[in-house]
Amino acid sequence: MPTRDDIHTVLVIGSGPIIIGQAAEFDYAGTQACRALREEGKRVVLVNSNPATIMTDEGVADVTYIEPLTVDVLRRVIARERPDGLLATLGGQTGLNLAVALAEAGVLDEFSVKLLGTPLDTIKKAEDRELFKQLLLDLGVGAPPSQTVTTIEDALAFADVIGLPVVIRPAFTLGGTGGGVARTRADLARIAESGLAASPIGQVLVEQYLKGWKEIEYEVIRDANDTCITVCNMENFDPLGVHTGDSIVVAPSQTLSDREYQMLRTASIRIIRALGVEGGCNIQFALDPHSFQFYVIEVNPRVSRSSALASKATGYPIARVAAKIAIGLRLDEIPSAVTGKTVAAFEPALDYVVVKIPRWPFDKFPLADRNLGTQMKATGEVMAIDRTFESALQKAMRSLEIRADALQPIPLDGEAEVAEGREFQPNDVRLWRLLDTLRCDTADGMLEALHAETGIDLWFLAKLRAIVKMEQRLAAHLLTPQLLRTAKRMGFSDAQIAAFTPEMEEASAVRAQRRVWGILPTYKMVDTCAAEFAAQTPYFYSTYEQENEAEPLAGAKAVVLGSGPIRIGQGIEFDYCSVRAAQELRAAGVRSVMVNSNPETVSTDFDMSDRLYFEPLDEESVLNILDNEAGLGAPSSSLPFPPFSSSSVSSVSSVSSVLNSASTSALSASSVVQSSPLPPVVTQFGGQTAIGLAAPLAAAGAPILGTSVDSIDLAEDRRRFDELMERLRIPRPRGAAVRTVADAVRVAADIGYPVVVRPSYVLGGRAMEIIRTETALERYVTRVVAQFGEHPILIDSYLSGREVEVDAICDGDDVLIPGIMEHIERAGVHSGDSFAVYPTRSLARDEIAAVARHTRAIARALGVRGLMNAQFVLTEPSATPGANVYILEVNPRASRTVPFLSKVTGVPMVPLATQIMLGKTLVDLGYAGYPDGLWPAQPLVAVKGPVFSMSKIVGGEMALGPEMKSTGEVMGVDRTYPAALRKALIAAGISVPARDGAAFVSIADRDKDEALPILRALGAAGYTFYATPGTCRMLAAEGLRAQEVGRISEGDTTIPGLIRAHRVQLVLNTITGGRGPIRAGIEIQDGFQIRRAAVESNIPCLTSLDTARAVVESLRDDGGYDVLPLGAYRQRPQ
Amino acid sequence: METERNERIGVLALEDGTIFSGRPFGAVEALADGRRGEVVFATGMTGYQEICTDPSYRGQMVVLTYPLIGNYGVASDDVESRRPWLSALLVREYCDDYSNWRAAESLDDYLARNGIPGLCDFDTRALTRHLRDHGTLRGVIRAYPASAAPDIPALVAEARAVRSVSELDVVAEVSTDAVEPWLAPWTAGSPLPISEAAGEGAPRVLLIDTGFKRNIARCLAQRGLEVIVAPHDADLALVRRLRPDGVLLANGPGDPESVAGLIELTRALVWRERMPLMGICLGHQILGLAAGARTSRLPFGHHGGNHPVREVRTGRVSVTSQNHNFQVDAASIPRDSGLYVSHINLSDGSVEGLAHEELPVFSVQYHPEAAPGPEDNRELFDRFAALIARERSALLAG
Repeated sequence: MPTRDDIHTVLVIGSGPIIIGQAAEFDYAGTQACRALREEGKRVVLVNSNPATIMTDEGVADVTYIEPLTVDVLRRVIARERPDGLLATLGGQTGLNLAVALAEAGVLDEFSVKLLGTPLDTIKKAEDRELFKQLLLDLGVGAPPSQTVTTIEDALAFADVIGLPVVIRPAFTLGGTGGGVARTRADLARIAESGLAASPIGQVLVEQYLKGWKEIEYEVIRDANDTCITVCNMENFDPLGVHTGDSIVVAPSQTLSDREYQMLRTASIRIIRALGVEGGCNIQFALDPHSFQFYVIEVNPRVSRSSALASKATGYPIARVAAKIAIGLRLDEIPSAVTGKTVAAFEPALDYVVVKIPRWPFDKFPLADRNLGTQMKATGEVMAIDRTFESALQKAMRSLEIRADALQPIPLDGEAEVAEGREFQPNDVRLWRLLDTLRCDTADGMLEALHAETGIDLWFLAKLRAIVKMEQRLAAHLLTPQLLRTAKRMGFSDAQIAAFTPEMEEASAVRAQRRVWGILPTYKMVDTCAAEFAAQTPYFYSTYEQENEAEPLAGAKAVVLGSGPIRIGQGIEFDYCSVRAAQELRAAGVRSVMVNSNPETVSTDFDMSDRLYFEPLDEESVLNILDNEAGLGAPSSSLPFPPFSSSSVSSVSSVSSVLNSASTSALSASSVVQSSPLPPVVTQFGGQTAIGLAAPLAAAGAPILGTSVDSIDLAEDRRRFDELMERLRIPRPRGAAVRTVADAVRVAADIGYPVVVRPSYVLGGRAMEIIRTETALERYVTRVVAQFGEHPILIDSYLSGREVEVDAICDGDDVLIPGIMEHIERAGVHSGDSFAVYPTRSLARDEIAAVARHTRAIARALGVRGLMNAQFVLTEPSATPGANVYILEVNPRASRTVPFLSKVTGVPMVPLATQIMLGKTLVDLGYAGYPDGLWPAQPLVAVKGPVFSMSKIVGGEMALGPEMKSTGEVMGVDRTYPAALRKALIAAGISVPARDGAAFVSIADRDKDEALPILRALGAAGYTFYATPGTCRMLAAEGLRAQEVGRISEGDTTIPGLIRAHRVQLVLNTITGGRGPIRAGIEIQDGFQIRRAAVESNIPCLTSLDTARAVVESLRDDGGYDVLPLGAYRQRPQ
Repeated sequence: METERNERIGVLALEDGTIFSGRPFGAVEALADGRRGEVVFATGMTGYQEICTDPSYRGQMVVLTYPLIGNYGVASDDVESRRPWLSALLVREYCDDYSNWRAAESLDDYLARNGIPGLCDFDTRALTRHLRDHGTLRGVIRAYPASAAPDIPALVAEARAVRSVSELDVVAEVSTDAVEPWLAPWTAGSPLPISEAAGEGAPRVLLIDTGFKRNIARCLAQRGLEVIVAPHDADLALVRRLRPDGVLLANGPGDPESVAGLIELTRALVWRERMPLMGICLGHQILGLAAGARTSRLPFGHHGGNHPVREVRTGRVSVTSQNHNFQVDAASIPRDSGLYVSHINLSDGSVEGLAHEELPVFSVQYHPEAAPGPEDNRELFDRFAALIARERSALLAG
């Protein structure tokens, strides 16, 4: 059957900026959907506000709009493009809610746009708590005792009926925003309030809390012909009560008998049929661990984070299939790309175990509440695959990149301690605590006790105990081939084994011994069918078995290292870069081998590269892959097997013959070291994760493509970099690298306060602070030395001024600068948290020339081959042109701004960098010869806006500073700055009334002069003010109406009350610093509580006067803006 | 359970000379004399207990492709027949630490108690790939002291001498030899409580025991049918004496051609007696043979819970549970038999169901009773019950 012939053009809505609960999985889903639709000959129009995505790259959809995701914008897109259909189930909760809004606003009817896939009625039935409950009742499928309420009083009244604890689930929200488990009436009142505020329809469900019940999920797909399949089921390690996005999740289920498995599968299919979903659907169950009783707790009638995980866990592309179903295909008409024999009407069979562990941002927020509940807090996740649970779990732990394998001490980053007696409450370190506890006592009694305390199934606890017992065996016994093999099968890293083996000091010794004993990883294919059909999927995981299925790829190839889990500071931008690099390698005739551990991303879609290894991004795993691709790995199928497998050492002759064949197939680019048998590695695109592996990989003999390891070190090493800047005569803030408190105090005294301090070799301004006093410096250094250990701390003079950021491409000689961005916030706010404008607004011609000149000089001096990012601060203009341009930081790798700049300038930055790594020059590529190396400025203005997820991180400080806190970004692009700025603000969720609003204002004394013009402008726009006493006096002196409110620290709770009651629409609060009780080294001040109240009430809260000034500017003009495809902005208007 | 601890090592030799070595579990002592059988793989991720007790696996060693087995122990309710039948169970990792509220004992203990050996800790995916590429192979497993050097050539020779299921009378081994009413409902905790025993005057179904799975009987009983179990060698006289309203030809082990008596009986029941009849798996193949079609052996069979099947007339696709090595050859079905292919397998196009143009007869190659596997095809039992009811009322009216 063909696809629907009434559908020619399809509008796809993306999910907008990355926030907690809505991350890269929707770039993956959306990208797959665009490709799937275009394969069927449909014209695809895409709208998304997130420039860091792959889906918004030109060429993915037919027409791409990077515009705010609002009803107004979408209406204008629809009027312009006249799509026949709208696909809304692939853009997360954002896409779904927008589709509902468009339908309700009559836009879909007005332009005869059909909602494709799951019908509107179904979306409402699944999302509206009351309708859904009724549907379950009609089906005879249980739901826990619950009631939907719209007031706190009703919530309390219902809890009186069913008893505490209860769960609050807000309607139509994402990632459980505003929900939680209430154990007391006070809890309930608080959570119900936030839940009602979070729900767009002001409705929450109050539900009995099923303590200790298992949480099981099913991914179900249905087509219009009523064929239903389940792709996968998943079991949460953490029992009910922890959001599935914050749970350790295992696929398939481990503790369900076939009866239970099928009972829930059947219920899933009945539900998807009753709902009438056409496409993918996620269903979450609570299962009594002591009976067949089960309840449905959640249904998502769309692709989700879980469906991305299920796709990666099984090899079954849910989003792709859902998109095809939406345009009328049936499951049995969609061929499987994996086997070529099966069709999409097929349920994957796994012959491995998959473990997902979330990555939380508590390292960034020492004050935040680390306890986990029904509201998601993780920014990202990792997944690992193996044939044993122990190994899948341990590989996943290593993939987290928090320097904590199973063995390491509890990775409590920051200083927050978990309260006494709550050690085993769900939190980010519970897994490590459980292991630690088992190390002291492995008896069955301890397992039972932990089970009673946590509700975690005994099966999982027994597996943790098996890991501990292996540690004990390693410690007690001499390492034998058999013991080593068994440990490797259980996922012990060479480093872990070395830690237990007295005769082996280092991981490298274990590695060498493994080679001697022939204990090498094999790679097995993820083939959806447990080997029943011969599959061609180039998707592999490592395991210690007999047969190796991944024979080295023939011909020229290169390994691209991905960026691991999404975390603050290392987000989807790096996945964009990795994917574009892999694609460009293919285009250049070089086969691309991707390595990554993140199940949400496009890069781990197996057809984005020639081969995918789903593996931790650590030295051991990557070296094993390089060995395998060099033909130095485990032999492939060599049946019959030797009867005893313990030590089958590969013969010398076979190894050398492979060596020869590998070197002949090595990449024939001039920049590649020819003598190495290992394939070349691309480390520039995977953020700090990948660049951090460059040195150890190079030391092990791997050729690093592009910029050399020495250049990377040169940029990171404080002393060497200072010398280089000296030689190039490029000014930089005075400073030094120190390792002790005494050194730090001496250096700071010399250069003068304030100073900027940070540990070296970190990303995202990790632990970076501006310090104004010696006491604060001492405290800082003591803490950071304890936390980060070996790396020195960098201290620099803090220069206040305009900050600009440059990305450049260099071939070792020529340099191309696609664009310069100017930050709206002055230096001191992390670049990732700043609004940034392209092209620059305030830079004089000589300043631009100086930035370009310095960038080119540095790129050449470092010998950059590929991408480089540089950040400058510009102080007040000086007599000598350009002398006020200071270099702050250089990163010889792809930066966060590469996708943004690529899109606004039209320069294919990653492809160019990739070609350069392969030996091409900018001249060859036709990108040389621009004056100053500067790509011509485009006839547009683009503003990059940061997006925060602060409402999810309870107790986290949201004030801007040198440490990055945003989780995602949006772009506003238009012809003029005010229009672009307005769009960026709208897309970032900062909307304040243009006139007659009310603002709460609290300005630190040192900022008062600067704040005055901003407040005057607000006053002129009819704003009224609430203010703290000092600020109030200032306002009164200006003749602005202000009402004084007292300090929280003095017992006055007027301010948070006003905020929570939405009596103000804007909070402006600059940081005072200093006062208040000290917890975890950070002061809890009035300001902190005010900011939290604003965040939790979803009211814009600005902590930088620069941002505030921009917001006020955006209120000034008529408010008009264009809605055009991205490419149209780059063409000069007629 | 750790590899080093075992004192014995188990070696699996296949007829083509392929060797795997692992650790024995279950009835380890049974491996001293060697265990023989055809080696097949099953891809379901749950349901090891149902697989172990499925009589259709008689004469076969089963390698489970899901790597962790034993996780949820063994529950007394989940047996599909009176004992486990397979020759040996081959798994990647046997998990002795089981956890499930219904688990009464470990899989290891259960197998040991029932004389079934297992082999674990070896590359079961390699074995599966080998069977996929080379088809079902005969094999033998023996256990040796860890220090011993097995005589591999002798072992391979022994594997070559293993008799295939076509050469064995496996149906006779698993069948009951008495006529008995089905009276075994589930015990506590059933999610699908069996209805009260069929009342007075309930339609009676004769379930021919070629090695039926208990869930077939349960599914019939749940539909208000009285179920009488008869031995595999029941003859027409016996059937007439029992006066059933319908006959169910069940699943069972081995080659359908080897149950000649039942093929004869089926021919008589369908084409002479106009008996409502439903065939499942082996019963489906028997119906085909009774109609004059031929059966043949699949390279490595279908064993799993994820096989998509299309109903030809409606185009509807459902996911099915399967366990068979033989198939009815579509081209061989005589036109004049009145049988047509009602269902086909989406992956390899093989015949998955037969139905008669006029007579109250149909069969499926897959397992609508599931256990293990998806429960999506239970309505076939409704259809059978409806056929019986229709024929009864026609008979009464006529």
